Amino acid sequence: MHPIVKLLVQRIALGLVLLLAVSAVIFLGVEALPGDTAQAILGQSATPQALENLRAQMGLDQPALTRYFNWLGGVMTGDLGKALTNGVDISQAIGQRLGNTLFLAGCAAVIAVPLALILGAVAARYAGRWPDKVISAVTLTTISLPEFVAAYFVIYLLTILFPVFQPVAMVFPGMSFWAKLQAVALPVIVLVMVVLAHMMRMTRAAILNVMQSAYIETAELKGLSPMTIIWKHAFPNAIAPVISVVAINLAYLVVGVVVVEVVFSYNALGQYLVDHVTKRDLPVVQAVGLIFAAVYIGLNIIADVTAIIANPRLRHPK
Amino acid sequence: MRIPPSALIGLILTGVFIFSAIFADLLMPYAYDLPVGTQWEGPSATHWLGTDTIGRDILSRLIKGGQITIFVALAASILSFAMGSFFGFLAAVSGGWTDQILSRVCDLMMAIPSLIVALVLLSVLPLNLTVLILVMGVLDSTRVFRLARAVAMDIAVMEYVEAAKLRGEKWGWVIFREILPNALSPLVAEFGLRFIFAVLFISTLSFLGLGVQPPLADWGGMVKENKDGLSWGISAALVPALAIALLAISVNLVADWVLSRTSSLKGGRG
Repeated sequence: MHPIVKLLVQRIALGLVLLLAVSAVIFLGVEALPGDTAQAILGQSATPQALENLRAQMGLDQPALTRYFNWLGGVMTGDLGKALTNGVDISQAIGQRLGNTLFLAGCAAVIAVPLALILGAVAARYAGRWPDKVISAVTLTTISLPEFVAAYFVIYLLTILFPVFQPVAMVFPGMSFWAKLQAVALPVIVLVMVVLAHMMRMTRAAILNVMQSAYIETAELKGLSPMTIIWKHAFPNAIAPVISVVAINLAYLVVGVVVVEVVFSYNALGQYLVDHVTKRDLPVVQAVGLIFAAVYIGLNIIADVTAIIANPRLRHPK
Repeated sequence: MRIPPSALIGLILTGVFIFSAIFADLLMPYAYDLPVGTQWEGPSATHWLGTDTIGRDILSRLIKGGQITIFVALAASILSFAMGSFFGFLAAVSGGWTDQILSRVCDLMMAIPSLIVALVLLSVLPLNLTVLILVMGVLDSTRVFRLARAVAMDIAVMEYVEAAKLRGEKWGWVIFREILPNALSPLVAEFGLRFIFAVLFISTLSFLGLGVQPPLADWGGMVKENKDGLSWGISAALVPALAIALLAISVNLVADWVLSRTSSLKGGRG
C-alpha cells in the first residue's frame, strides 16, 4: 500500500475515534455532574413519587451506560430525541437551522479565505517593512477583540454613523438568494474580521517559514529568477501549511458563529444552542454540542488530510 | 533596560486597569446597582459616561464591572496555570504511561472548542462565580499543559536534573526545585496571553447571559444590558465594549514585549 494511503487511513480513523470519545464526554461527562434533569423539569417542590415517575418515563432510571448507547444509536440513525422544554423533535429543529448556519459561515469563508491569503502573501513579501507592519498592527487589534465587541463596533459604524445596513439579520424560508445575502451582510463582515486576522497571520508565518529554508537559498544562489523560485520551489512546499491554516480557521468560525448569531438574532444553530443552555434543556444542548464538535473535528481532519496529500515529500517517498 | 513605547503604553494602561480594579469601591461615584437617574442619559457633569438601561451610573458600573471581570479572569488563569504547569511538568518528568494518559486527555479536551464545552457544562452546573472560574480554569489549563510539557521536556534532559534524580530526590523536588525555576520565564509570558483569553472568555459568556449574573456587573454583561439602546443611537453598550478591547490590547502589548525579551534571552528559542 502506498504510504500516503496508510497515513490517510490512520488519520481518518483517529478522527473517528476522537469523535466517539467526544460523544462519550458530552453524554457521560455531563451525566456525572451534579444536577438532575427530572428535578430541573419539575422544580424544587416536586414530590419524590412524581420525580420517580418522570424518571421512569424518560428512561432516566436505567444505568448511564445503557442510556449512552441508546443515545448514540439514535444519533447514528438521525433520531436525537425530543426537547425537554417544548417536546419538539430535535432533529427537525436542527435541520432547519443548520442550513442557515452553514450559509452564514460559507459566505464568511468565501470572502475571508482569498482576502487572508492575499494579505498574508503581501505581508510576507514585505516582511519587516511598512505594509507588513500596518497589516500586523491592524490584525493584532482585531485578534484582541471578542466577537461580540467587534460586532457592536461594526453595528454602530454601519447602522448608526453610516446607515447602510439593518442591525438584525432575519432569514426565513422562501427568501430569494439575493435578499438572503443582503440580510447576512453585517454578520458576515464581523465574522470575516474575526477570522481574517488569525488566518492572515498564520499564512504569513507559513510563507516566511518556507522562504527562509535552505533550498530556497540554494535556488537563489543557483541564480534562478524570483518567479521560478516561487513557482517551482516555494509554492509546492507552502501550499500544505497554507491549506491547513485555512481549514483550522474555518473550524474557528464554528465558535465565532455562535456568538455572532446571538448578536444579530440570526435564527440558526448557535442561537438555538445558547437559548437551550439558558433553559437547561440538556438533550438539545448535547445534540447541538455534538454537531459543533463533529464539524470542528471534521475540518481538522480535512486540514491534516490535505496537508498530507499536498506535501511533495510524502507523495514521492524515497 | 529600554522599554519600547508600545510596551510602555501597555504597561501604563494595564496599571490603570489594575489600580481601578483594586480600589473600585473607593473610586465609584455612585452605587453600581441602584438607579440614580433616568434611562439612558447622555454624558454630563454628574454622570460622566451617562446612565444605562434602568438609570444606573455607567462609570460606577464600569469600575465595578472591571473589578469582577479582572478578578474572575485572573483567578481562572491562575488556576489554569497551577493545573496546567503541574500536570505538564509531571508528564515531562515521569514520561511513559503517565505522560501518555495526560497527553491524550489533553488532546480530547482540545478537540472541541472551549466555548462549546463551556456551554454544555453550564447547561447543567449552577451559575455562580466559583463554577465559572473552575470551568474556565480547567478548560484553559490544556493550553498551559502543552507549553509546560514542551518546556519541561527540554529541561528534564539537562545534567542537573539527572544529577538530582541520581541523588535520589523525589519527583516533587525535581518538579518544584529543579524544573520550575528554569521554566518560569516562558510561562510568565504565556500568562499574559492566557489572562487576555480569560477576559474575552468571561465577557463572551456574560454576554450570552451565562456568565456573571445580575445584579453583579461585568463588562460582557453590561454590553448585553445596553445593547438595545444601540438601535436608537445610544452608545451606552460601546463603553464596556471599548473597555474590554482596551484591556485586551494593553495586556497584549506587554505580553508581546515580555515574550520577545525572554525568547531573545534564550537565543531565539520561545
